[in-house]
Amino acid sequence: MGLTLTWLSLLILIPLAGLFVKTAELSLSQFIDTVTSNRTLHALQISFGLAFAAALVNLVAGLLIVWALVRYRFPGRRIFDAIVDIPFALPTAVAGIALTTLFAQQGWLGAPLAALGIKVAFTPLGIFVAMIFIGIPFVVRTVQPVLIDLDVELEEAAACLGASRWQIITRVIIPSLTPAILTGFALAFARAVGEYGSVIFIAGNLPNVSEIAPLLIVIRLSEFRYADATAIAVVMLVASFLIIFLLNRLQRWAQIRALSVG
Amino acid sequence: MTIATTTTPLPVAAKPVPLAKRDSRTEPRLVRGLIIGFALTFLTVFVVLPLVLVFAQAFSKGVRFYLTSLADPEALAAIWLTLVTAVISVGLNLIFGVAAAWAIAKFEFRGKTFLVTLIDLPFSVSPVISGLVFVLLFGAQGFVGPWLMAHGIHILFAVPAIVLATTFVTFPFVARELIPLMQEQGSQEEEAAISLGARGWQTFVKVTLPNIKWGLLYGVLLCNARAMGEFGAVSVVSGHIRGETNTMPLLVEILYNEYQLVASFAIASLLALLALVTLIAKTILESQIEEGRPHSDD
Repeated sequence: MGLTLTWLSLLILIPLAGLFVKTAELSLSQFIDTVTSNRTLHALQISFGLAFAAALVNLVAGLLIVWALVRYRFPGRRIFDAIVDIPFALPTAVAGIALTTLFAQQGWLGAPLAALGIKVAFTPLGIFVAMIFIGIPFVVRTVQPVLIDLDVELEEAAACLGASRWQIITRVIIPSLTPAILTGFALAFARAVGEYGSVIFIAGNLPNVSEIAPLLIVIRLSEFRYADATAIAVVMLVASFLIIFLLNRLQRWAQIRALSVG
Repeated sequence: MTIATTTTPLPVAAKPVPLAKRDSRTEPRLVRGLIIGFALTFLTVFVVLPLVLVFAQAFSKGVRFYLTSLADPEALAAIWLTLVTAVISVGLNLIFGVAAAWAIAKFEFRGKTFLVTLIDLPFSVSPVISGLVFVLLFGAQGFVGPWLMAHGIHILFAVPAIVLATTFVTFPFVARELIPLMQEQGSQEEEAAISLGARGWQTFVKVTLPNIKWGLLYGVLLCNARAMGEFGAVSVVSGHIRGETNTMPLLVEILYNEYQLVASFAIASLLALLALVTLIAKTILESQIEEGRPHSDD
């Protein structure tokens, strides 16, 4: 047991503490300058903004996918169920080059989209697409077990009492799923914010336009501006933790509400 | 009286019930079709197409070109480094994942919740930040970097840093898988073994290990897939020295940026194959774990 604690602190705590110690090398005004510089602000905005939007898409799409997988029977259902995990299992660099080639001007999907005047690869839209890809499994896999365990009797009772299908979905099913949906959303969001490998190929990486925060950290590191890189990392960490913390509170609230409703 | 009440509802039930116009326990056919259609299209566009594209590109210049791309010395070096890194970091996380899960599931102590949160940390941190912390530790401007340099020990931009970063990133897999499993099983069997005179190590090998073997394998499987495919963290600490500190994902990036697309996709196809094999093995293991789980009624 002592061994475990030692290992954990060696491998996780010391490096993370180092992060904050390194940032402390900057004076407060230097820190603020680094973090509020135009390029940093843009990168943070792109990472957090697009990650949030992508997580929202994953929430809606994930719900529909999970609904189809759990409630309906159709040919190939088991295969599609297994396919959901691919974004999780596929190495990010592989996903990155595959998505880029797919959505490039001559790509299988890029060419028809280009004919419509939509450019995906090497634009912020490309980042958005990669973040959607990476977040697919989270909502599906957190909601799936809850939907499977959901008592059908509740729905039948509501139906007997004269509720329409829409009423049953919005008043009975969705409230029971909300905690799981929020967890899935938070996981997808956290993953997309920090995502590097699958995004950098398709992003185009133009400063202020399509440069994500993790890439800016890598750039600062290659310029040996370690303190700057660390400052951005600290802001990302703190912001992520705050958002996850808020979502956890929201989830607990939804859980209590679901219990009192159900 | 009683005969009259039981016979009157019969003709009503035989006719279609007028109150509920539509069965509200499921969706209308059209909606059902639309939802299935959406789910399949979404998964096809975002998941199936990229995967198919990897293999289509890899073989676009024929099997011979594919094989020569893989037999390139740089590719072989990258494959070898990836295997070595995966073996070491999976081994380390196997030992410490079991130890951490054991401590959390079988003992009560202060700061347990904190420990559980700590284990999950590498999952919620950007891989780039995970790599960054090792640069800060071992870099030339880092905390122990100057001392290491003075003693001629190379960690950063060398294999040790790649192994450390990979271990850090893949740390949660084994422990997370085992904690719920071990908690569910409790410590009664271990207590029984010890009271019958078994030593600590005997208890572990003969009682605990058989109970957790499938969960352990599951954790190792996911840990391995991530260890071989890790890109962000390794990219930051590796230094990209060709033939020396390039893992397979890093080589994919380098070849891609040099417009050697087919060679890049050839390496990528190996990684994609690994992902597919992992998924299939995972599906098989999941059914094994379901079977091995103690039934709630015994």
